[in-house]
Amino acid sequence: MSWEVVIGLEVHCQINTNTKAFCGCSTEFGAEPNTQTCPVCLGMPGQLPVLNTVAVDKTILTGLAINATINLESKFDRKNYFYPDLPKGYQISQFAVPIVEHGYLDIPNKDGDEKRIGITRIHMEEDAGKSMHEGLDAVSHIDLNRSGVPLMEIVSEPDMRSADEAIAYLKQLHQLIRFLGVSGADMEKGQFRCDANVSVRRPGEPFGTRTEMKNMNSFRFIKQAIDFEVVRQIEIIEDGGAVVQESRLWDSVKNESRSMRSKEEAHDYRYFPEPDLPPLRVSQQQVDAIRAGMPELPGQLRQRFEAEYGLSSYDADVLTQTLELAAWYESLVAAHPVDPKRCANWMANELLGRLNEAGSDLSESPVSAKRLAELLDRIEDSSISGNAAKTVLDAMMESADSADAIIAAKGLKQVSDTGAIDAIILAVMEANPAQVEGYRGGKDKLMGFFVGQVMKASRGTANPGLVNQRLVELLKG
Amino acid sequence: MPFTTLSELKTRLDAGETTAVALAGLYLDRIAEHNDNLNAFVHIDPAHVLAQAEASDAYRAKHAPRALEGLPIAVKDIFCTQDGPTQCCSNILKGFHAPYDAHVITRLKEAGAVLVGKTNMDEFAMGSSTETSAFGVCRNPWDTDRIPGGSSGGSAAAVAAALTPAALGTDTGGSIRQPASICGITGLKPTYGRVSRRGIIAFASSLDQAGPMTRTVKDSAMITAAICGHDSMDSTCVSDAPVIDWLGSCDKTDMKGLKIGKPKEYFVDGMDAGVRASIEEALRRCAELGAEIIDISLPHTEAAVAAYYVIAPSEASANLSRYDGVRFGQRCKDPEDLLDMYTRSRDEGFGSEVKRRILTGTFALSSGYYDAYYIKAQRVRTKIRQDFIDAFEQVDVIATPTSPITAFKLGEKTDDPLTMYLSDIFTIAVNLAGLPGLSQPCGFVEGLPVGLQWIAPAWREDLILGAASAYEAATDWLQIPAGFGGEA
Repeated sequence: MSWEVVIGLEVHCQINTNTKAFCGCSTEFGAEPNTQTCPVCLGMPGQLPVLNTVAVDKTILTGLAINATINLESKFDRKNYFYPDLPKGYQISQFAVPIVEHGYLDIPNKDGDEKRIGITRIHMEEDAGKSMHEGLDAVSHIDLNRSGVPLMEIVSEPDMRSADEAIAYLKQLHQLIRFLGVSGADMEKGQFRCDANVSVRRPGEPFGTRTEMKNMNSFRFIKQAIDFEVVRQIEIIEDGGAVVQESRLWDSVKNESRSMRSKEEAHDYRYFPEPDLPPLRVSQQQVDAIRAGMPELPGQLRQRFEAEYGLSSYDADVLTQTLELAAWYESLVAAHPVDPKRCANWMANELLGRLNEAGSDLSESPVSAKRLAELLDRIEDSSISGNAAKTVLDAMMESADSADAIIAAKGLKQVSDTGAIDAIILAVMEANPAQVEGYRGGKDKLMGFFVGQVMKASRGTANPGLVNQRLVELLKG
Repeated sequence: MPFTTLSELKTRLDAGETTAVALAGLYLDRIAEHNDNLNAFVHIDPAHVLAQAEASDAYRAKHAPRALEGLPIAVKDIFCTQDGPTQCCSNILKGFHAPYDAHVITRLKEAGAVLVGKTNMDEFAMGSSTETSAFGVCRNPWDTDRIPGGSSGGSAAAVAAALTPAALGTDTGGSIRQPASICGITGLKPTYGRVSRRGIIAFASSLDQAGPMTRTVKDSAMITAAICGHDSMDSTCVSDAPVIDWLGSCDKTDMKGLKIGKPKEYFVDGMDAGVRASIEEALRRCAELGAEIIDISLPHTEAAVAAYYVIAPSEASANLSRYDGVRFGQRCKDPEDLLDMYTRSRDEGFGSEVKRRILTGTFALSSGYYDAYYIKAQRVRTKIRQDFIDAFEQVDVIATPTSPITAFKLGEKTDDPLTMYLSDIFTIAVNLAGLPGLSQPCGFVEGLPVGLQWIAPAWREDLILGAASAYEAATDWLQIPAGFGGEA
């Protein structure tokens, strides 16, 4: 009998505000340790939190984008635990009444269909600082620059049934967050971190005992950790054992997870209402105004690209992966409006392919949308063939020269002169009498051979349409 | 002169009859003479006090005087000040210097006040007798074998003995009103949200409120007027709080038309008979002044102490987590590991009463107990608040004893925390309901002062200032303790 995997995900996403959640300190990443702190985020005696309303608005925007309920009154709570990088000894979070509840995301599944993943809640909280234990002097160092940086915790329902579904959900969520502009969501900077709750069961049975994989910050590690955990749990159960509820830490070097703390050792966070902050009240007008300012979401953009530019769903999907891609594509279309599909092909297949091979991305592209449009213009006016254009693009990746300059320098200008093409064709016919005889004897398939020979002889510059037309004429004899 | 009221000192300063430097010198001398006996102050920097006084006199020479120009005011050791240590009378904050002033300290400075020093208190304001201070007990000027009340006992004793004409205290469950009562002076706890809590070391955030401790009602009004008002950096400080005429409210000399509620739950078995008689007599005096005394009931009063001793320790257990030995304050020597550092630093730094409250609060918030304790206590709190709302449908203000007993002997209750907790039985409900309350002297029992407590609806400090001023004008209970004399 098979096993069913059950996965629920908690994503901690840094909200991209200029200042921290409860004080005026900068949230800029990478500053010298402890330079972006003040008495509030250092937890000094008598200091009080004041809520950053930009963080509130961005959380509401995220809630609206996942079709969730926005609670017009929510509350902050204190989550109590001791750790040296948690200055107050408690984290201000939302426990009993979060600002966002009951949302969902639709993710593509294997059959090309969609699957709905429930999102239980999004609540606001503050980040802790960072402890660094790898010091040479055998002491621990604490950097409190991150202390008090605003986070959204996005908690899904246990709706995913495979690591692939979990990754599809995370990628969709990550893309949405980026489109909304509510977070840099840079995983390497820890701006988008994931805890995965994993259990297995026989189909139809109640949920099994779950374990929690903590704090993973790459899609690859998350998939590896879930896959590892599924195998581990199934082995335990099939060997007659029982899964122990615990938190586990993924070791991306050893490719294995290890127990962090068991249920018995789990913290009792002793949540209670934060008396320093009154209940968070937002008005329906405020929510409506945020909804009115909602940017175009990935799904809407994909549909618009298909409808407005006639793109295949595949191309539309590729070009709406990020706002940067979509914007680049639209600037290319603006510069080469005659053929949006050609724009899509050349951007998605040729340019991104070359960038990918070079290990760089669009932001580092040596070819701007304007330069690529100039090349596409030459295809449009039949100055060069598509094949020759690929050679030109190769050269453009290496130099700042214009498409026209490269075409001229390489002699790739397309030959559309009937006389010149006829001369090439006649030379090819003369060199291949047997094939001419064969064609004339009814072997139509030989047409391809002649086209190839003529294109080769012209080094790709012959206008293919004209070559075809003249070959038919001249081979008749 | 030392027993002059703050408002009279202001009149003399404004008339040029004295100077800020002269006043500072006068009170510094009295502190030097009497503080060893009372231990009311835990930190004094005479040179700094004189420097502030000189600056005030210089300001006065060039500008119109500000509201508290040149007036000496002492503050409880719970207020963060950039000058000098702020230690909350706890070993865990021994040597701590705050890099900022509390909002109310800024307000006092802006009003031209001269800050005299830090007064003694129960450690982290947890106590009713100022015996839990890490810096030694404070004594009552009326009988130095007795406690001055608490937790703002240092401020109360300092004002009663005229070591300062006025002081700031904080009141979480009665910590301004109860010591004011025990030391025979006036103390006002404003409405919760009236005064910013920023920079005041937190005990129980939903209950703490700063206020004045003074010789007269008007002096309390003067100081509250200077320290109250919106602070954008305290989210619980109400930005659109109703404004009242602080000084004008103190001009009342009668109580015509005033309906005073007398709650039966505040006249209980077990309270001191002399205290009871003093309060009854005070209410008769109020009736003579034109007030109508109406018997009322605040039915959930009995549950107030229990609810308070769940809510306040719960909040305190989190508020005191920051004293962990990591960034400031006490850290134990040579910790073996992190847990050892936490446990030993906190064990060495906190006194037993503070530990008791942290443990009580931690327990009340624990998984499995939260509903039975914290949630239930919050329900009681709601009922207590409603009791007052209902009562204020019938009456304008409520009058009660501030404390069921007068000053007890040092050490008498230290081994019996439950009895100690009952010292606040009449003050706690006011904090739970967030209301303003004032205590003023209304008599003596065997030479020890008795306090009359006034309670008003939220934001109606004007009503209690008016009633208390009229009572004060008609009586003569502000007296000078023997051994601390001087001309009046």
